[in-house]
Amino acid sequence: MAESTKSRVNDFVLKLANVNGTGSASANSLLMKVIFRMGIPVSGKNFFPSNIQGLPTWYEIRVSKDGYLGRSGAVDLMVAMNSNTYERDLKEVSIGGTLLYDSTWPRDRLLARHDIEILGVPLARLCNEHFSNARTRILMKNMAYVGTLAALLELDRKLIEELVQETFARKAALTEANMQAINLGYDYAVEHFDCPLPTRVQPMDKTSGHIMIDGNTAAALGCVYAGATVGAWYPITPSTSLMDAFKSFCERHRKDPKTGEKNYCIVQAEDELAAIGIVLGASWNGARAFTPTSGPGISLMNEFLGFAYFTELPAVIFDVQRVGPSTGMPTRTQQADLLSAAFASHGDTKHVLLFPSDPGECFELAVAAFDLADRLQTPVIVMSDLDIGMNDWMCKELTWDASYRPDRGKVLGAAELEGVKAFHRYLDPDGDGIPYRTLPGVHPKGAYFVRGSGHNQFGAYTEDAAEYQQVVDRLRTKWATAAKLVPEPVIRKARKPADWGIVSVGSCDPAINEALDKLAEKGIHVDYCRIRALPFGKKVTQFLEQHDRVFVVEQNRDAQLKSLLALETNHPMQRMQSILSYGGLPMDCRCIVEGLQEAQRRGAAA
Amino acid sequence: MTSIVKPKIIHQGLKRNALGLTVRDYEGGMSTLCAGCGHDSITAALVQAFFELDIPPHSVAKMSGIGCSSKTPAYFLSASHGFNAVHGRMPSIATGAHAANRDLVLIGVSGDGDSLSIGLGQFMHGLRRNLNMVYIIENNGVYGLTKGQFSASADVGTKAKRGEVNKQPPIDPVQIAMALGGTFVARSFSGDKDQLVPLIKAGIRHTGFALIDVLSPCVTFNDHEDSTKSYAHTREFRHPVVQADFVPPAQEIKAAYDEGEVMPVELHDGSRILLRKVAKDYTVGNRGEAIEYIRDRQRAGEIVTGLLYIDESEPDMHTVNGTIAAPLNQLPHETLCPGAEALAKLQARYR
Repeated sequence: MAESTKSRVNDFVLKLANVNGTGSASANSLLMKVIFRMGIPVSGKNFFPSNIQGLPTWYEIRVSKDGYLGRSGAVDLMVAMNSNTYERDLKEVSIGGTLLYDSTWPRDRLLARHDIEILGVPLARLCNEHFSNARTRILMKNMAYVGTLAALLELDRKLIEELVQETFARKAALTEANMQAINLGYDYAVEHFDCPLPTRVQPMDKTSGHIMIDGNTAAALGCVYAGATVGAWYPITPSTSLMDAFKSFCERHRKDPKTGEKNYCIVQAEDELAAIGIVLGASWNGARAFTPTSGPGISLMNEFLGFAYFTELPAVIFDVQRVGPSTGMPTRTQQADLLSAAFASHGDTKHVLLFPSDPGECFELAVAAFDLADRLQTPVIVMSDLDIGMNDWMCKELTWDASYRPDRGKVLGAAELEGVKAFHRYLDPDGDGIPYRTLPGVHPKGAYFVRGSGHNQFGAYTEDAAEYQQVVDRLRTKWATAAKLVPEPVIRKARKPADWGIVSVGSCDPAINEALDKLAEKGIHVDYCRIRALPFGKKVTQFLEQHDRVFVVEQNRDAQLKSLLALETNHPMQRMQSILSYGGLPMDCRCIVEGLQEAQRRGAAA
Repeated sequence: MTSIVKPKIIHQGLKRNALGLTVRDYEGGMSTLCAGCGHDSITAALVQAFFELDIPPHSVAKMSGIGCSSKTPAYFLSASHGFNAVHGRMPSIATGAHAANRDLVLIGVSGDGDSLSIGLGQFMHGLRRNLNMVYIIENNGVYGLTKGQFSASADVGTKAKRGEVNKQPPIDPVQIAMALGGTFVARSFSGDKDQLVPLIKAGIRHTGFALIDVLSPCVTFNDHEDSTKSYAHTREFRHPVVQADFVPPAQEIKAAYDEGEVMPVELHDGSRILLRKVAKDYTVGNRGEAIEYIRDRQRAGEIVTGLLYIDESEPDMHTVNGTIAAPLNQLPHETLCPGAEALAKLQARYR
């Protein structure tokens, strides 16, 4: 249990313990949004069950004037609304922190801590007295604690009202009821407690030019902007909201203004086997096509992924990773599909992976994924995760370069085909391992057979050893070309020369950045290389070589990134040390700080 | 090289179609199937149908899965793109292809293993989507490439070459298509080109999923005396109920039919199918009665053939989706990308 200092202005964690299906999500995101609009950096993590109604759910809001958006591990203010988890919620509050509970029912037995402040508000009683409908009473309890928190934390009430009005723009009656509930909670707090608490907010100006968005929404926008026209999917948590978002953006931006006809086609497939098939069929025809999925979906797509690698078809897949193996914990986060995605399918296969670290990069790398898939004629898998995909992150406003034109790669059109004597699909005239392709329906000379069976460089069926090997060796050349085309790593140099380095991917980023600052304060200086793609490329290899010791930070049990690094770069395993977090919760910086401190202690002792 | 290129010899007197092409222009590589395989007759029927419909070969895409039947797209329309998908998954590839380019003429060739076992799910969902394609099942009751195991279409009591008797009831693609709302359901026999060619033509012109289940005997593993999928058995027990004659747009109907015997069906492109009753007791156009009839005849050991059901009014996948008429793969990026200003504007809700 971390210690909470007495005064924590703009630097604290607010955790809300609710029952799912009671409407708490909108109240909690309202809280986060108010803080964001007050100009204070904030992030929200939703720990929700794989269930629709009745199970415990938590929402953790980190307020950080320094802009740290990962989890800190502390809980400074707990709103305990779920009697079933009350005991553990009480335990989790950091020493010196505060717990707010619904005092409609006595909780004497459970108020067993003296090192924290416990505040009771009769939320249910207040709502029962003022609202008649049973469902409304449940929903308004949430808004009532928003009101109480407004008083305790000194939230801007004007902004609260503004947000309530935006949320219920079309239903004036609801705005009124929600505001009434907020005022109930607010008035009670002002009357009974010393407001505000030492832990509170104060307006700043650190969020302008930023938005609060989740990665699935941002990735969907990337698909729209990259010009994707075919989307195929099978519903699976936590990727579902990506296609939901794509659909809603398309409804608004992709319909013919006169006829209402769609210039996109979304197919809800019968399973993931079909979803990837639909993507390949569309890509084969030159449409930009994608499918969002998660680990179990990647497992089912294996056969077709190998097919696409071998027949050299573009495809964009979003793997919004969740906890495995098997069904695992569908609503918890992990980075445990690295190996299964990198080598998906039987035979010698390797896939290009991209690793966004926040929603901003989900947008950027979604666009890059389509360009790379077309350029390299191969599947590109964007390795997001539940934390990035479903939680709201504060990131820079998305921008679009109007001069962007999609890179459609080496596609021969009718005019070019007219001019050639004969077309052969798998020749490598440019020496970069990337052949030329043609699209069906364009020109008779472009016809060829897409086949997963052995084929030679002319595209014809073969069972000849030398002919087969020539094709798969060229695919290796293509992999080397890919290493030069994929996004380079982001390298953060320590302020002082460092012998140690951290290597990581994706959503570990906020925790690592915070840890690096904390370690620097303790005199431990470490460089940081955030890999953004497989194949890794030269800069990653250089980073590994330049550091005596590399800490590989990742969110899985078996150190999959470390294995990939060893396999792909030949870097000795003993020069890499793992820091792992794989319980399903977004990484917090403590495991990194502790891991490196421990390493230093052991180093000093040796 | 294991594929065999067929030499192209064009005789002076060879008939040319409206595009100036001969039937040779619709052929493909040499078949590597067993001599006498029913599939080769279906290939020939496909060549003839595409030739007679004056379809530019490069506007067609040939789709297949895995198996003997799925090899056949290599043997026709060499100027068409082909796609040999993974086992049982051709319908999903076809769905994506059609989503991207609705102008492409899709001809799918599958088998009873590919469509009724490993690919049964995709087959049914292709039907359910009313995907605009011709879907031929070259049905022989056995797995040929793996040497003669029963397939899911094998009849009860039929004997394998090595003597094993099948005890599980067959899956009939025609009855599945009927039950799932198929809009074009036909059955034929590889040995009956007169029936098959017009069916293929009508299927190509039908807007929606055109299923043609073609009994196509396997000479190597399932053409013996105790097989219900042999040439001899199929010839003896097939029971044609409706003959479908295909009439292209703007062509006069020349043959004289007795009134009440013929039912014309107009297709979306203006061509017509003339459904001629062969069996007096078969009702054309009634799904419920058709299912019952097919089942009754099946119980009596007969194989009902012909264009058993057609409905031109049901919407296909793109109609349901409300897709624009232009193929999606031909839209310029400018019409697809909402632009920088729209991006700035739409982010208001995330502030």
